[in-house]
Amino acid sequence: MLLFTAVMLVPIGYAVYLSLFTEQRSGLGFGDARTVFTGFGNYARALGDSAYRTGFLTIVQYCVIYIPVMLGVSLLVALLLDSALARAKRFFQLALFLPHAVPGIIAALVWTYLYTPGISPVLGVLHSAGGQLDLLGHPLPAVVNMAVWEWTGYNMVIFYAALQAIPREVLEAAVVDGAGPLRTALSIKLPLIRASITMVGMFTVIGSLQLFTEPMILYRTAPAVVSSWTPNMYAYTAAFDRNDYGLAAASSVLLALVAAALSFVVTRATRSRAERRSEATA
Amino acid sequence: MTTLSSPDRAAARRTRPTPAPGRAVRRQWSLSKAAVNGALVLFTLYTLLPLGWLVTASAKNTPDLLGGNTLTLSNIHLGQNLHDLATADGGIYFRWYLNSLLYAGIGALLCAFICVCAGYAFEVYRFRGKEKLFGLVLVGVLVPTTALALPMYLLASKVGLVNTFWSVLLPSLVNPFGVYLARVFCAGYVPGEVLEAARMDGAGELRTFWSIGLKMVMPGFVTVFLFQFTAIWNNFFLPLVMLSDSKLFPVSLGLYSWNTQTRGEPGYYPLVVTGALLAVLPLVVAFVALQRHWKAGLTAGSVK
Repeated sequence: MLLFTAVMLVPIGYAVYLSLFTEQRSGLGFGDARTVFTGFGNYARALGDSAYRTGFLTIVQYCVIYIPVMLGVSLLVALLLDSALARAKRFFQLALFLPHAVPGIIAALVWTYLYTPGISPVLGVLHSAGGQLDLLGHPLPAVVNMAVWEWTGYNMVIFYAALQAIPREVLEAAVVDGAGPLRTALSIKLPLIRASITMVGMFTVIGSLQLFTEPMILYRTAPAVVSSWTPNMYAYTAAFDRNDYGLAAASSVLLALVAAALSFVVTRATRSRAERRSEATA
Repeated sequence: MTTLSSPDRAAARRTRPTPAPGRAVRRQWSLSKAAVNGALVLFTLYTLLPLGWLVTASAKNTPDLLGGNTLTLSNIHLGQNLHDLATADGGIYFRWYLNSLLYAGIGALLCAFICVCAGYAFEVYRFRGKEKLFGLVLVGVLVPTTALALPMYLLASKVGLVNTFWSVLLPSLVNPFGVYLARVFCAGYVPGEVLEAARMDGAGELRTFWSIGLKMVMPGFVTVFLFQFTAIWNNFFLPLVMLSDSKLFPVSLGLYSWNTQTRGEPGYYPLVVTGALLAVLPLVVAFVALQRHWKAGLTAGSVK
């Protein structure tokens, strides 16, 4: 009993200790082997740096494009799979889930090659057809496409599982009431899996804040990606190119705080909506 | 009324209260069936295209690769590429591969064990502040891991662990979501009566957990293991921050370092592509073989 509690507390304690440690450390700027306590100076510096703020702006733009596309497509595919018309459901599920088994770094590498004129057969075909597609000059859609490729299938499987959990009686009732497949999907299935849509949305936002791997690969080939393109890249550059650990830690902590605040707001919002609904039905 | 399986559901929908389903209705039906499956096929093509490219491109030599002549099955150099891969930079690639296997294998095994212990404790025992603690675990799920990577680096450099095997292994042992999953699985698989019976038979708490709880929750264990294995295998940011000695690199980081060299040395291109293919294979095999488990994991996470 004690043992289990210990085993369980160690990781949590470690995490807590770590976060406290960061709070302390983030208040330190490293001089020449001499640390000076600067309080919130590093936070002020990070927030005052326009490059850092631009990084967040990048994330906002990225989310505005990526989240609707990803959620829309994965919901659509899940609903199609759940419809009585789909064949080979297991095959489709597996095939669409596979990108999740591909390391992000490798996905980014492959797509970067597919974006590079000369290497890419896709661009080659487009070119011979007289088309032009300069994705390396437009990193945002380039990165969004990578993310969509990596995550849509994964989330689709989550949605599909949720759809499968809908009691069959409910769907039969809908059919008896004369609802067509489309109507059933929109008015019955979607509201019933709202919880998992919210959850996926939240994890997606948190994941988006951490955007790092994909732009880091593009950074080598696409001039439009600068070293502080996302907050995480900013923190990394601060730590390893400029050896400014205080600034790096501060920008990391800020990022974590923003993520925590966002998820808190989202969960609160959905919970209160659920409570309101239960009160309304009571 | 029995619940209908999906072909029957289709049949139920097809018999609409229309006067005898005529040919028009049926044609519309097959059209939409074609549309649904067509959309699925299209999306699958989009999903599989990069993987297909990876497979064919890894068999090409440098001029073909850089000439965009990749999606064909002609001019195969796979054997040569594998040979180059095994010998490049003193055969370091397979060392990376071994590192990845060690990091992911040991890390996921220990992590799954810790998660199952914790989940079991949360589910079976009562102690003060249990739910508060569990809430803390759930908060842990929401903290972005990469945001913690830099603080961990600072911590590790304080302790002198930077650039060691441990610096990558230790942080991978903690997985709050795994604890949550394990608890869900324990709730589902371990009936209280069985534990009662074990105690009646005189088994201690440890013995009960070890011989009964753990065995019953094995499917959950495999699921957590699979997810954590994937996460560690695919992790890039943590090793990037922690390691500077290329002998300790996992595959992901090694390929990245090679990719940065392709600018000056185009000869590295086939190495990166072939190496990428080999790095993807074990996971793809694992996911195809263990379908039941990852589906179970995703289901437990999504259906609350």
